[in-house]
Amino acid sequence: MAANKPTLKTVRLTTPVEPADLAQLEIGNVVYLDGTIFTGREGVFKRAVHEGHGLPAPPEVIGNVNFHCSPAAARRDDGSYDIGAVTATASFRFAAWLDQWFEMSKCKVIIGKGGMTPDVYKKSFVPNEAVYLTTVGYGTGALLGRGIKAVKDVYWMDELGIAQAMWLFEVENFGPFLVESDLAGNSLFERENAKVAAGLDKVYEGLKPAIMSRYGETDDRKEELI
Amino acid sequence: MIPITALETTANELMAKAAIEIPDDYLDGLRAAADVETGELSAFVLQAMLENYEAAKEDRRAMCADTGVPRWYVKIGNEARIEGGPVELEAALRRATAGATNSVPLRPNRVHPLWRTDHNNNCGINAPEIEYSFHPDADWVELTTVHKGGLFGSDYRMLFPGDGIDGIKKFFLDTLVAFGKRGLACQPAIVGIGIGGSKDTCMMLGKQAACLRTVGSHNPDPKIAALEDEFKELGNTIGMGAMGFMGSSMVVGCNIETGYCHTGGMPVSVHMFCLSSRRATARVLIDGRAEYRSDPQWFTDYMRRETVEWQPTSQPSRQSG
Ligand code: SF4
Repeated sequence: MAANKPTLKTVRLTTPVEPADLAQLEIGNVVYLDGTIFTGREGVFKRAVHEGHGLPAPPEVIGNVNFHCSPAAARRDDGSYDIGAVTATASFRFAAWLDQWFEMSKCKVIIGKGGMTPDVYKKSFVPNEAVYLTTVGYGTGALLGRGIKAVKDVYWMDELGIAQAMWLFEVENFGPFLVESDLAGNSLFERENAKVAAGLDKVYEGLKPAIMSRYGETDDRKEELI
Repeated sequence: MIPITALETTANELMAKAAIEIPDDYLDGLRAAADVETGELSAFVLQAMLENYEAAKEDRRAMCADTGVPRWYVKIGNEARIEGGPVELEAALRRATAGATNSVPLRPNRVHPLWRTDHNNNCGINAPEIEYSFHPDADWVELTTVHKGGLFGSDYRMLFPGDGIDGIKKFFLDTLVAFGKRGLACQPAIVGIGIGGSKDTCMMLGKQAACLRTVGSHNPDPKIAALEDEFKELGNTIGMGAMGFMGSSMVVGCNIETGYCHTGGMPVSVHMFCLSSRRATARVLIDGRAEYRSDPQWFTDYMRRETVEWQPTSQPSRQSG
């Protein structure tokens, strides 16, 4: 490993984040966080946006960093929680809820797995002055679990269960994350996808086409599944 | 008679081991991938993963919070007798799954497919899956749990004999390229390829090849073993590394399993066992003692037999990873 020790720029931010914090971020930077963050996945978005319940607590309480995840957690006998590992869930599934979500939560940082499409950054993130951070791996659940110092609150546990509830975490040196989309809506994955795609024809060179094509299949290797 | 309490205690222990301890063969494979990775971002990801495995072991916490869908593989010696029989064994495995979900803790991932209702314990209708195999001349029972994660990275295609090895390569590349972008498959992965069988057997073989064979193991057929090496190499020359960043770390190991199929077709499945390649095995002996290991040794000469009758004298019943 020593031969190729990575030297990526690393930034440590305190939540709630300020506009100046975000302005310095470039795609591919490494980020660690301190402060309060709140979680959200299908259940939360559905309940808050789709079913119109709004947020269970105001932005002043939950902060402006939203993590697409749910923890591996168990309730102790005294009612507190044992948090094991924490891992993000794939974010592209939540794109449809984003505009209303930004409006009601006023969040400025979304952390998740895999990012969104460039269109979503341009249409929803840029106007809301928000950035997207991606978790790393994506399996760094134990490292992220270490960064969670306390469960400040859990909302909608009865309605949504452990895997879908909205958790409010106090975090310290929480990371690593990579800046996937900056304030201008540039995307790290897009950039890397393009670099990889440039070499793909060569990888496939000489392989004969399939005897039967199937409905829904594509031969355009620049296309993505999402 | 193997005591049922011994089986349940062992099952509980296996659940925690699988969730927390990355198997050595995968870890060594990942280190080897990291050593030759030149993509800066991909190298950063691998480094973070190596630290993550350490943190998981030190803190005794799950390596990844998506603790996957726990399932069981049971190999029963032909002479083994289980206290209470197979029904008791299944009950014990279900209890261990539910118990460990709370004690490790694991994420209760299992929900009803339509109503999305949840028992918060990873058990439900047809869950956890329990698959069986048998072994001649043995009186033990082997339990393996696999916590397979990942909604992305597995696919199936009915190819035709005329598609040949080229067709399999193309399908393999299509799957890796499609699911590797943005690292949806959480690569580098152990890639399992199932070739042949019926559709369901094909899926099962590929999945078992990914989840139940170790990195560096080879199919006993030398021509297939050569293909395993070739496919690993091919996957790592796509130009894609961890998280879909530029690099070479896509495939940690490639395992192929085959089954006889319909004469007109060549079904193929591809499965990717992710950065959290979680599995743990124990052999429970007749006196209840458990011997733990990370190599499931699931595929044996007996399982891969070609002939009508099993002839242990001409084919010793050795287990091979
Ligand atoms: S695919 Fe594997 S490493 Fe990735 S989030 Fe799921 S369990 Fe974790």
